[in-house]
Amino acid sequence: MQISARQSTVGTIFDVAGDIDLAHSPAMRKALLGEIKEKKTPKVFLNLKNVRYIDSSGIASLVEGLKASRDIGSRLILFALNPAVREVMELSRLQKIFEIYENEEQALAA
Amino acid sequence: MVIRAGLRVSHSKFGKRFAPVSSAGRSELLLRLQLHSNPESLCLVRAALERATEVLHFSDPDSRAIVRSVDEALANVIRHAYKGRGGLPIEISCSRLWNTKDGGTPNGIEILLSDSGRAIDPKKLKGRPLDEVRPGGLGIHFMKQSMDVVEFHRKSGKNLLRMVKYLASQKPGAQGQGEE
Repeated sequence: MQISARQSTVGTIFDVAGDIDLAHSPAMRKALLGEIKEKKTPKVFLNLKNVRYIDSSGIASLVEGLKASRDIGSRLILFALNPAVREVMELSRLQKIFEIYENEEQALAA
Repeated sequence: MVIRAGLRVSHSKFGKRFAPVSSAGRSELLLRLQLHSNPESLCLVRAALERATEVLHFSDPDSRAIVRSVDEALANVIRHAYKGRGGLPIEISCSRLWNTKDGGTPNGIEILLSDSGRAIDPKKLKGRPLDEVRPGGLGIHFMKQSMDVVEFHRKSGKNLLRMVKYLASQKPGAQGQGEE
């Protein structure tokens, strides 16, 4: 898994690629919580376009990020989910809990 | 990780190493994997299983369901049975299931996982209510949602997990086949 951050006018965008599994979810968790809890960025975006696979530990990291963002009144926004990631979100019944958009343009405008 | 491909044909669902739980049709060993309890091994198992499900003509969503279930089961072994310790043995076997009632049509895949970790409390294999939004507890839910059969046993100091997924056209109820 690779994760890189870039800045937009409205917040920080994390571009994630590869598999978010037991081996790699700690790195995503660290990046997300650092941005939300330490930097207190008001809007954090997660670009999941190039994520091929996400397991329950990856979902747990996203939920931790969501809870942290709610705690400080910021927003965690996901976009560009492929079918494999969308399936897991639906299995977890989290697709309506997270803010999810089709693409970056829509996410940044939200 | 050790990978062995084979053509052992068996009528015993769990082979000699596993206690038979049910008997329906016959199975043909496709793949046996021996790996260590390292999270870095999981991507290799996923890749091997993805190919195996393609060979067996599962649809893309069903293939993803099988891969996801095995991955979650392995993650549970590493995290809970082995408490996060690496380098400990896990064995996976993957077999093609045949329906013997119609003369031998392939009807699914059977996956057996074995580890020597601490005994798992079956009560903890129920998963958690999904209306709770909190981290953790989803792996078992994924497995049960994704597979047609999920069975857990403890025998001779080993945790044994058996999972079955039928081809969509061969599911019990679709044509009156299968074991449940």
